[in-house]
Amino acid sequence: MNNLLNVSPSPHQQSPETTRKLMYGVVTALAPALAASVYFFGMGAIIVTLTSVLSCVAVEYLIQKFILKTKPSVTDGSAVVTGLLLAFNVPSNLPVYIIIIGAIISIGVAKMTFGGLGSNPFNPALVGRVFLLISFPVQMTSWPVPSGFKTGYLDAVTGATPLGTMSEGIRNGETVAALMEKVPSHMQLFYGQMGGSMGEIAALALIIGGIYMIWRKIITWHIPVSVLLTVAIFTGILWFADPTKFADPLFHLLTGGIMLGAIYMATDYVTSPMTPKGMIIYGIGIGVITVLIRTWGAYPEGVSFAILIMNAFVPLLNMYIKPARFGKEVKHG
Amino acid sequence: MFKTFPKGGIHPPENKLTAGKPIVVLPAPLQVTVPVSQHIGAPATPMVEKGAAVKAGQVIAQAKGFVSANIHSPVSGKVSKIDTVVDTTGYKQTAIVIDVEGDEWVETIDRSKTLVRDVTMTREQIIERCQQCGLVGMGGATFPTHIKMTVPAGKKCDLLIINGVECEPYLTSDHRLMLEKGAEVLTGASIIMRALGVDSAVVGIEANKPDAIAHLTELAKGFKGVTVQSLKVKYPQGGEKQLIKACTGREVPSGGLPVDVGVVVQNVGTALAVYEAVQKNKPLMERVVTVTGRSVKNPGNFQVRIGTPVTALIEAAGGLPDDTGKVINGGPMMGKALAITDVPVTKGTSGIIMFPAESSKRAEVLPCIRCGKCSSACAMGLEPWLISVVSEKAMWDKAEQEKITDCMECGACAYTCPAKRPLLDYIRLGKSTVIRMARERISK
Repeated sequence: MNNLLNVSPSPHQQSPETTRKLMYGVVTALAPALAASVYFFGMGAIIVTLTSVLSCVAVEYLIQKFILKTKPSVTDGSAVVTGLLLAFNVPSNLPVYIIIIGAIISIGVAKMTFGGLGSNPFNPALVGRVFLLISFPVQMTSWPVPSGFKTGYLDAVTGATPLGTMSEGIRNGETVAALMEKVPSHMQLFYGQMGGSMGEIAALALIIGGIYMIWRKIITWHIPVSVLLTVAIFTGILWFADPTKFADPLFHLLTGGIMLGAIYMATDYVTSPMTPKGMIIYGIGIGVITVLIRTWGAYPEGVSFAILIMNAFVPLLNMYIKPARFGKEVKHG
Repeated sequence: MFKTFPKGGIHPPENKLTAGKPIVVLPAPLQVTVPVSQHIGAPATPMVEKGAAVKAGQVIAQAKGFVSANIHSPVSGKVSKIDTVVDTTGYKQTAIVIDVEGDEWVETIDRSKTLVRDVTMTREQIIERCQQCGLVGMGGATFPTHIKMTVPAGKKCDLLIINGVECEPYLTSDHRLMLEKGAEVLTGASIIMRALGVDSAVVGIEANKPDAIAHLTELAKGFKGVTVQSLKVKYPQGGEKQLIKACTGREVPSGGLPVDVGVVVQNVGTALAVYEAVQKNKPLMERVVTVTGRSVKNPGNFQVRIGTPVTALIEAAGGLPDDTGKVINGGPMMGKALAITDVPVTKGTSGIIMFPAESSKRAEVLPCIRCGKCSSACAMGLEPWLISVVSEKAMWDKAEQEKITDCMECGACAYTCPAKRPLLDYIRLGKSTVIRMARERISK
């Protein structure tokens, strides 16, 4: 026998699941929400998404090729996911150069400086988004409204988000009941008929993608459910306490970036805890901080900040929240 | 109701290609190579010289100390040499090479096929017989059976579990034994029950072997205290601790033994060997080996003499396929890859799997994306990503603190990893280092 045998330690087979398949699974899960964005915002959504994805991939490739001088690994799909999520987190009329700056911050600063995939402590897309929000506050908060004409991009008709209307109105002493008349109905919110960042509007499409990811075992239910449940309970308590001052829980769940954040941003593998128990604590933290910012903060929306703040706690959660060891407690049957 | 263990576990493709293939008894080869260490513990001491005539069933190497096992000649013939050979683990060791002449067995062995149901021996006699007959665990761990049958002083045992799980993909030798020698296996279980002084035994079988579950459930009606428990298909359910948890809900403490929760686990093949030793006075000199693989021409379950070269088994299965890239001794999850196929079958050889070249190399290793799938897969509740990283960085104290020694090396973490990280390689390194350091601490 002259053909040599391969020798390696066990296990001798590996699951068909790969990093790339997981990443493109997330892309697939984002497809319904992308379709909804294109439906509501038209041309702008397409331009923003393409710019963001291409520039994220390009930034990662260029850094790996020319600065780090390592083998580029853009085909693993993680830069595509970051690009999509960055696009989903900005208004659909954002000028191209701002998007490119966002991509440079997301990939260049938040991801590659820490060592690339797997090593970044903060969600890259959110770092990019928050950087843009602080640097370009006007462009980042002029939200195209879905009623605007579909081929418009920079010239799209803009208006406030439901959360912005609510937040400002309450501050001016208007009652929630009166404000509810000014914002879209819950049903419209559910389908995505509202102003906002391009990918956060369509709750229905985001939930469909979330169910797909749970079914495909890309994510588990722990983070999305604990975030959404915490928001619902916290805002529910406030609403019960004073329905004239606080919006109902369903309004909070359907507006702003909470669906996008809970299902797609908070569940980012790299920046979320590794154990189910840790995930639930992390999710509760995100929910609580989001409601605190929405209700008493300067910004009408706080999901991005909440996730970034809880990202910082992930190493601690991983250190102290351990899975239940087998054989820890001695039980006699 | 299908029971299972609650924590972790995976479900690799089962690939039980040979489940429907009856056991084929292969004739003794022209020459056998019998290593003196086929068990956990001290190697046995050779008792025969070059040129000596031996009969099948005769002791050719004597157990050295308590944790050791006798080695018997599996054939009749002449000792041609006592040599150093490479065994299935890849290490060199002493082996007795015998040229086969005829097939003469030691007279005291009952070679008839009649089932002997009545157990007449006492507890001590049973244990002594198992020790004489060189019995070891047939599931692959090859721990001497007589030690496992002796309940340590101060411990109480109330249940025997017969391990018919066979959770490794591809392997079907235990499955076939349950179907073809069910009564013998259950009689063996009754014998072990007597040796342990327990009144009940459970045979744990996974749901992917419905014929074995049905057959043994029917047979078990004739055996007092023996029941069959069907289990959900999940790897690594054949691990002792997982099997006990699945069948009884009892959890063996970290660092403890099954007997700490009053259970002893024996493999189906071991139960059969106990039956043959006690009722038929037949030492452990044969075993059933599954020879299989996707492109193997004639995969099957073969009963061979210990010491038969693996090449002879591969020939019996239609020869080594042209596309073979890897030959595994044991299952694909925990088995060892063979560097050469000219090695002898030993007491612990449960299967020979031939993998095509394209699936015999590992995939490219990518960075850890911290998905936590390895922690979810770990049946021991460990964090494979963490203990592999601390082992890689030689942080042995941290590895010990994170219970690296609880790892049973089932490979579920490395199987699951989407980034294809060699988690278990580093964990093995860490585990062996931590165990060595702990021993050194004690001896100081």
